[in-house]
Amino acid sequence: MTLHRPLALLMTMIATLPAPAAAQRARQNGIVATEGWSRATAPRAEVGAGFLTLHNRGRQADRLLSATSPRSGRVEIHTMTMEGGVMRMRPLPNGIAVPAGGTIGLAPGGNHLMLIGLKSPLKRGERVPVTLRFARSGTVRMTLAVAAPGATAPANHGEQY
Amino acid sequence: MRPLDNSATAGWMARTIAILGLAILPACSGAESDNRQAPAVRRAGPGGPFQLVDTKGATVTDQTLKGKPYAIFFGFTRCPDVCPTTMSRMALLHKRLGAKADKLNIIFVSVDPEHDKRENIAGFLSMFDAPVIGLTGTPQQLAQIQKAYGIYVERVPLPSGDYTIDHTARILLFDRQGGFVETMDSHAPEQQAVSQLERLIDA
Repeated sequence: MTLHRPLALLMTMIATLPAPAAAQRARQNGIVATEGWSRATAPRAEVGAGFLTLHNRGRQADRLLSATSPRSGRVEIHTMTMEGGVMRMRPLPNGIAVPAGGTIGLAPGGNHLMLIGLKSPLKRGERVPVTLRFARSGTVRMTLAVAAPGATAPANHGEQY
Repeated sequence: MRPLDNSATAGWMARTIAILGLAILPACSGAESDNRQAPAVRRAGPGGPFQLVDTKGATVTDQTLKGKPYAIFFGFTRCPDVCPTTMSRMALLHKRLGAKADKLNIIFVSVDPEHDKRENIAGFLSMFDAPVIGLTGTPQQLAQIQKAYGIYVERVPLPSGDYTIDHTARILLFDRQGGFVETMDSHAPEQQAVSQLERLIDA
């Protein structure tokens, strides 16, 4: 999703403010990654999801190419669609574009990280380290705060439907 | 009325067949038959005979479910998004139903027999604060219920060598006789969803 220019500008201004204690962000070059979160997984689960917001503060478009985490064997970038009541999930081998000055969300019901081959289940309250790799900005580290199993938003946003 | 166990079901079925004189559901008489004919009384719309097994290994059929309305959802435990959010939503609605909550069965059917063993399904459902009946079966039994319930399921290989499963992610509501009522909109406001379930329970 690309925000309108004034909003993008506002986001940029907010992003450059001193970080509030609650906000968690990772910054490298033009990319600011915020609001990383995940869901607690079942005792025998091998996969988990990752959601986050990416702000491109630079003047050039960038692209999230891949990600890794010490908590899983690998991390893939996936998209999910719902059409006619049918859920489909597909890998995005070319990653996700982050337009110059734009903000994109990896959020429930759409794009997300897939942590595949979890070394142990994700526990509520845990913070999962993730390293994101961008075409232009290089690597950006962040953590995913693990929320309730069926959460639809980060824990500090409460349950939303 | 609680779902009946297997032996009680057999007796109950025998009586029902005797009383009504309907020769339906040969599988319930003990004979294994995966490709049985749909009974003549079959309504249009989703639903109909099926035979699956719950996470404890007990047989569950369309007949054992009779007596209580149910909300049924098809998914798989490695589905990272719509399956957990749907089950979480059902758990929340179950809580909101209060004293009426135990008058509705919530059912999760795995569409991934290749991966989801009974323990996987039990573990997945243990994350949600509601007594959900988790079901699985042989690929043939699952194909049969998916067809009867109009659930699209397709195993899609991924470049990594793994696979994902495209599937219908709707919650279907059935009355206490096993007749299809309607689907639930998973994005409907909470109170609207609770009212919908209350109507189903009170019908």
